[in-house]
Amino acid sequence: MDNAKSLIHVRDCWKSFPGKKPGEQVHVLERVNLNVDAGEFVCVVGPSGCGKSTLLNIIGGFFKESRGEVRVAGAPVNGPDPRRIFVFQENGVFPWLTVEENIGFGLMSRPAEERKERVTHYINMVGLSGFEKSYPRELSGGMRQRVEIARALAANAEVLYMDEPFGALDFLTRIKMRTDLIRIWQAEKKTLVFVTHDIEEAVQLADRVVVMSKRPATVAEEVVVNLPRPRDLDSPGYLAARDRIFAIMGMDVHGGGTGDPK
Amino acid sequence: MNRLISIFLPLSTAVIFLVVWHFLVRLSGSDLFPTPMEVVRGIRELIEKGLLLKYIVASLFRVSWGFMLAVLVGVPLGLILGWFRAAFQALNPMIQILRPISPIAWIPVAILWFGIDDTAPVFLIFLASVFPITVSSMAAVQNMQLVYLRAAQNFGVKGPQLFRRVILPAALPQIITGIRIALGIAWLVVVAAEMIAVNSGLGYLIIDARNAGKRYDLVVAGMVMIGLIGLVLDLLIRQLEKFDEVKWGYGQR
Repeated sequence: MDNAKSLIHVRDCWKSFPGKKPGEQVHVLERVNLNVDAGEFVCVVGPSGCGKSTLLNIIGGFFKESRGEVRVAGAPVNGPDPRRIFVFQENGVFPWLTVEENIGFGLMSRPAEERKERVTHYINMVGLSGFEKSYPRELSGGMRQRVEIARALAANAEVLYMDEPFGALDFLTRIKMRTDLIRIWQAEKKTLVFVTHDIEEAVQLADRVVVMSKRPATVAEEVVVNLPRPRDLDSPGYLAARDRIFAIMGMDVHGGGTGDPK
Repeated sequence: MNRLISIFLPLSTAVIFLVVWHFLVRLSGSDLFPTPMEVVRGIRELIEKGLLLKYIVASLFRVSWGFMLAVLVGVPLGLILGWFRAAFQALNPMIQILRPISPIAWIPVAILWFGIDDTAPVFLIFLASVFPITVSSMAAVQNMQLVYLRAAQNFGVKGPQLFRRVILPAALPQIITGIRIALGIAWLVVVAAEMIAVNSGLGYLIIDARNAGKRYDLVVAGMVMIGLIGLVLDLLIRQLEKFDEVKWGYGQR
């Protein structure tokens, strides 16, 4: 996987934050290497608080790496970029705008007609037709996440960075959102980097699952999930991939006990 | 049923209040302090002389000017202080020193600077309302959820566009709350200002009625009008909170 032609290229990335005591440094990421190809769907999993979200924020341009190299589309990352949109865990939909105004937010420089066309197209794609004039507070959590995804797609982002986007949703909505996200990804051919702490979610979604270690986090291992979609959650291939990731993270799904992480 | 209760409850409080008031005055045997009926007669007298409307208009005129100027200065100033750290560092200490000085303490200075025409009370109302508006606008920007800012930056929105499309709308619910509080204070202050500097308005009515013949029925009539108009002003400004663009900021009520 390591080649410089990848769309997203992270090499020897370190990140530390100032600690509580003066002069103290908290190491969050240590020598992280990661490559994502264009059009790939990559999930990043790891124990909670391990720094996977920090890594995504670095790739997305909201944090700066302490050491190492982070390049996207050949250029070093120096801040957020409209071609690559972040979908936030806590939902970044603007509550003062309607659904259609939110989805059109990244299209202000386009002619009104094109804007309207794109907004309508993506409202339909995420299944929100009829809610064009609704405000986010009138929608459920799942619907708000759809608005945020549609907003990114409408702006024609090439890459979506998703930071536990379904974490706050109830179980059934989460299952539905996964199916819909796969459908949208297949239709739109975007690159997706998706952070989650839910191993089953990662295996259902991704082409490849990047498993991170405890803090200071590094990439423990990558698991390629080469299974046809829609995925059969009882198939031996699915279960094998899932159990493999559990094992890397030091958990035995069948025994339920906790072993040593790797 | 609920609607009936919501009318019945405050109404019965008012009736009890008036009855207690009436009998307390009777019991005390005071011939200066008026009963509710005497206050109503006082209000009627003011209407017949054509003074009531004139004084209300005079007071509202001063509040409108002072308050509008305060909004025009306070909101942009607050947004700038909330967003630019250097502006905050430069100006915030000064603001926090000026803020606790009561507008009443400014009255002598206001008379010295502006004389005794309408400018002095307008200035006092401006002073009283500009600080709550500035401080609440500033806090609104500082407390803005980071995720909105990040999302906007991600879409490449910056500079004046960022202010207009994200910072202002994100701060608006809290700004409106500040404006509402400031209007209450402005109305509070107009009365105090009129007691000193001018010869019209509800504040003037109260002082004048006492000085010219101890007409306490007119004093209390003035107080009642001030209260009622304050209530109406608050009801009016509350309508701002009902717009769809800001409703999200007020929780579920």
